[in-house]
Amino acid sequence: MSGQRVLQVEGLDVSVGRRGLLHDVTFSIDRGERVGLIGESGSGKSLTGLAVLGLLPEDVHARGTVALAGVDGNLLELDERRLSHIRGREVAMVFQEPMTALNPTSRVGDQVAEAILLHRRCSRGEARRAAVELLDQVALPAPAEAARAYPHQLSGGQRQRVVLAIALANDPELLVCDEPTTALDVTVQALVLDLVVRGVTARDSALLFITHDLSVVATVCERVLVMYGGRIVEAGPVEEVFRRPRHRYTQGLLEASDLEQAQEHTRLRTIPGSVPPAGRFPAGCVFRNRCTHATRECETLPPWTGPSPEQGYACFHPAHETAQVGS
Amino acid sequence: MSRIDPGIGAAGEPLPVGGLPRRRAGASLLVGAVLVGLVVAAALVSFVWTPYDPTLVDASSRLQTMSARHLFGTDKFGRDVFSQILVGARTTLFVGIVAVGVAGVIAVPLGIVAAMAPRWFAEPLMRLLDLLLAFPALLLAIMFSAVYGGSTLVAMIAIGIASIPSFVRVVRSGSLQVLSTEYVLAARAAGRRPVAIGWRHVLPNVSSLVIVQASVAFAIAILAEAALSFLGYGTPPPVPSWGRMLQESQEMLFTAPRLAVFPGVAIAVAVLGFNLLGDGLRDRYDPKLEDRR
Repeated sequence: MSGQRVLQVEGLDVSVGRRGLLHDVTFSIDRGERVGLIGESGSGKSLTGLAVLGLLPEDVHARGTVALAGVDGNLLELDERRLSHIRGREVAMVFQEPMTALNPTSRVGDQVAEAILLHRRCSRGEARRAAVELLDQVALPAPAEAARAYPHQLSGGQRQRVVLAIALANDPELLVCDEPTTALDVTVQALVLDLVVRGVTARDSALLFITHDLSVVATVCERVLVMYGGRIVEAGPVEEVFRRPRHRYTQGLLEASDLEQAQEHTRLRTIPGSVPPAGRFPAGCVFRNRCTHATRECETLPPWTGPSPEQGYACFHPAHETAQVGS
Repeated sequence: MSRIDPGIGAAGEPLPVGGLPRRRAGASLLVGAVLVGLVVAAALVSFVWTPYDPTLVDASSRLQTMSARHLFGTDKFGRDVFSQILVGARTTLFVGIVAVGVAGVIAVPLGIVAAMAPRWFAEPLMRLLDLLLAFPALLLAIMFSAVYGGSTLVAMIAIGIASIPSFVRVVRSGSLQVLSTEYVLAARAAGRRPVAIGWRHVLPNVSSLVIVQASVAFAIAILAEAALSFLGYGTPPPVPSWGRMLQESQEMLFTAPRLAVFPGVAIAVAVLGFNLLGDGLRDRYDPKLEDRR
């Protein structure tokens, strides 16, 4: 890859007590790149996002390295003081629930202005003007008036745009979005997605977009990481992964969201079984207890197959291989 | 079960249940505010005007009944009871402010710290406060008065200290709730430091709890002052105090019961007022009751 590397996560292991939540998570994002992280609920997506900001809860143990461009050392080992300088400036985050992501007792304009003042030396007046400017950038109607509103006076979509404005306030190198549109209705969703993409493109920032919605990844991202059971099971360019999934889990996910096929069969295809609770995934291939292709071989951990951590899969019986041989 | 009865449907049910308490909550807030307003007004008026000097002893007009000259009559020293009640309101508010002030200034930061601090610090702190909870407030106040000399200020500082534990608990539980919200996580993600989170995010969001707790503590302090003055540990003479007026009226309870009734009613009005105000504010601001609005 030609671009400058912004985020490098290597061998990230996260556990609570003896329960492993993330295993050997390795990936990287370059400047200006938009990467999707997909998987079902409970697969460890959000935890990965929080780890990137050094926001893991106190009672979890994390090993591995999280390196950010412009920051010396491993993010997992920095103290809160150093982290507070990095958060919001080098890396920012947009959360899932716009209804609760803003302080209800403070005007939204002030909240944006404070985000600016935290990392930039300027007067309150300048910060206020910059805040209105940012609210305008995220297409909030009448930004000067909206800045004086309290969060409860705004709709969910409007609040999520304020949250986005706060995240973009200091032109972060990396923006992490954790299901930012899941709580919004479809029309607002399209608008917010567009604003996210425009925001990061204008700043040439890297984007880590966490979602369970495959169509959202297809519209927003260039690359995708598929996560299941705390492991990255497949990675690659969106086109490639969605058109020719190799891991059986990815294949199942895609079939489950394929509406055209569903109309023919009148019933939506599903992945049998459900996601086990955290730390209760089977040894070896984490997907083998739900996989129709699983064999004895799958009881050992499948190795990563592919040219790089950015492209490949971890499966003994990948899809589309037999199909190719057969045809 | 095939059809939903519109009468008990999801839309119909909350109306009678949710509608009534809201009106009652508004009423207690209103009545509480009026009663408290009455006490505050009496205290304010007493600064600029009282019918007589409340401490003026006039042997010629002892134990007079209610009349146009002496609205509430006079006591055994000939002092005007109405004037004493007015000035006594000052004492009452003063003790409340001191006690709640002491408790609030110490307990609010302590509660927020106890919520944000790591377990090894917060747990011993809370147990230490539980220890303080074991002392009855009045006993603590009498102890303080015995050691530092009887004065309203000392007694009220003691009452304030005694109400710290419950105050801290309320603030801590509220703070824990606030700290688990996404906007606090978002604030950390934006690079906010813990102190700023406590000050800018937790404090404003627990302030409604603090106001409610303060108004209840206020009522307790008023009652405590009256009790202490009655026992002779509170406000020393000649400063008028409702509690001491009650005590002085004791020996004439059968000959001049009005001497006990007026300060008694005054105390009841003040305590009831602050309690209703606290209840009303809680109904209004308690986030758990939010769906009523």
